[in-house]
Amino acid sequence: MRNNTSDMPYPESSTLYRLKTRLVPWLFLAPFLVLTCTFFVYPFLNAVALAFRQTNGPASNVFVGWDNFRFVLTDPDFHTAVKNTTVYALASVFVQLPLSLGLAMLLNAGRSRVKNLFRLVLFSPHLVGQIFVGILFAVLFMPRYGMFNRFIQALTGWGLEQRWLSTPALVMPALIITSMWLYVGFNMIYFLAALQNVDQNLVEAARIDGAGPWAEFVHIILPAIKPVAVFVVVLSTIGSYQLFELPYALLQGFGPKNAGLTIVGYLYRTAFDSGDLGTGAAIGWLLALIIMTISIVQIRVAKAMGGEA
Amino acid sequence: MNSLHWSLILLACIFVVLYGLFPRNRAIAFTYLRYVVLGIAAWIMLAPFAWLICSVIKDKDVLMTYTFLPPIREWSRETLNLDNFRALFAGEQSLRGTVYFWQYIVNSLFLACTMTMVQLFFSSLGGYALAKYDFKGRTWLMFYMLGTRMVPGLLLLAPVYKMMFNFGWMDTYWALIVPGAANVFGMFLFRQAMLNTPDSLIEAARIDGCGEFSIYYTVVMPLVRPMTGAFCLVTFMGSWNSFLGPQIYLQSKAKLTLPVILNQYVGVYQQQYGVFLAGTLLAIIPPAILFFALQREFVAGLSSGAVKG
Repeated sequence: MRNNTSDMPYPESSTLYRLKTRLVPWLFLAPFLVLTCTFFVYPFLNAVALAFRQTNGPASNVFVGWDNFRFVLTDPDFHTAVKNTTVYALASVFVQLPLSLGLAMLLNAGRSRVKNLFRLVLFSPHLVGQIFVGILFAVLFMPRYGMFNRFIQALTGWGLEQRWLSTPALVMPALIITSMWLYVGFNMIYFLAALQNVDQNLVEAARIDGAGPWAEFVHIILPAIKPVAVFVVVLSTIGSYQLFELPYALLQGFGPKNAGLTIVGYLYRTAFDSGDLGTGAAIGWLLALIIMTISIVQIRVAKAMGGEA
Repeated sequence: MNSLHWSLILLACIFVVLYGLFPRNRAIAFTYLRYVVLGIAAWIMLAPFAWLICSVIKDKDVLMTYTFLPPIREWSRETLNLDNFRALFAGEQSLRGTVYFWQYIVNSLFLACTMTMVQLFFSSLGGYALAKYDFKGRTWLMFYMLGTRMVPGLLLLAPVYKMMFNFGWMDTYWALIVPGAANVFGMFLFRQAMLNTPDSLIEAARIDGCGEFSIYYTVVMPLVRPMTGAFCLVTFMGSWNSFLGPQIYLQSKAKLTLPVILNQYVGVYQQQYGVFLAGTLLAIIPPAILFFALQREFVAGLSSGAVKG
């Protein structure tokens, strides 16, 4: 028998054993601690300092007080960026997510093998990175040649020559369509998981009591999936406000008249194309502020709505 | 009227027929309608992929002529060939000699594999320390980790960029691999999975004289296999598709990754969509293969918690 105390390499009473058990977890965490201090704590503090400095490339800088923030907040391009990003976020929440939920409900009623197949197909766009989706859709949206215009043409007899990506008013719709293709299936997975936990007895009871499909949806399904729905809405909003790669590849830049400029696009252009890292840090803070505020408001609203029901 | 209209009309007619045929059981008609809607959604998701594959094997002379493939009687070397791939792999001049496309594939593969391995090791090691050791400061550490998740990564972009410049890590892979080597998301994931592994197994190994690191490596890691698969998949895809990091840190052509170079190709091959679309198709394939290979582990990792007795 080996499990007897005298055979143990380090008896529990020995100093060596105690020192060892105390050190081991910190040793295992050491890589994380070193990395997080270097690449999180320090840059985080540095982001505060940097936001108040004017920089020209990474090498030189001067203290300028609130000038960076003042510049950004009065820059019409920043206003355009905030407007575009907000339109995109609203479309994500009010067009894309209901569509995801609708598909999830259609799918949830089906048989499980069919369900798995459709789930895989609808999820598949999410395997493709934003940049590759952007490149692909840049060609799909081309006038004459692009599949999208040909499809619209076949359906309505009009639209073959439409220049989606070089007409300022059509840039956002094109971007939203692209992002719907990419994310509808992904968000559907969350809703599908939530729908599978809806109490079927409750649904049955409502049907026996003569509740129509709409009443069933509003009074039974919606409350049941609310926690997941709030989670998806908050996550989707946070993601929307950090949008950059998709429009950057789709429009090969920021689009005509900055029609596809997002907040992160504006940050990228300021910090890395123009080399103004200080202003870049200031934009980073403003972005963090926007995201925090919206998330908190969303969660508050969700709680308040839960109180009524 | 074209074939698209006719097929839509046909689908609608079948619904009307089913609706009229089974007045007692309207569910049949609505089940049919559900599958039609799901089918259309699936078609929309898959059509860009189908279109992409068709586009890259078409010759550039007929690229614009057909939306998908030319009719079978016109199939020949002149209409369908691999010229796009030949042009893609031909190599191009740069300041430091010719760069071939396979170089970018190798770069992307190398980076994605290295980052996956490194993150897997450090994150699981940290997660193990958090899950299986009771030490002073553990709760505080976890609070700190949660706090770091609240800060949008983009806020740190400018200060980290400045640091990389000071480290002399510009135009090296260090700037991409090191900062995220031990990430909070992975540590929480592994902690959660490892909480479920039985303590008795670890105790038994310890009594048998197994070192602390060997316990982690040979006892605990094999038990969290499904989570490992899921984590590798997510990390590999994240790295393979990442654009912003490589775009701002890498400069010399021979070091670029697929998302960066393909985004540049959109501008370079303006009249030859086929060439960069061929590259995009190749860039989509590896994550797809990995997803289908690890799909079972991925699903198992997501629904983990059910531990075999």
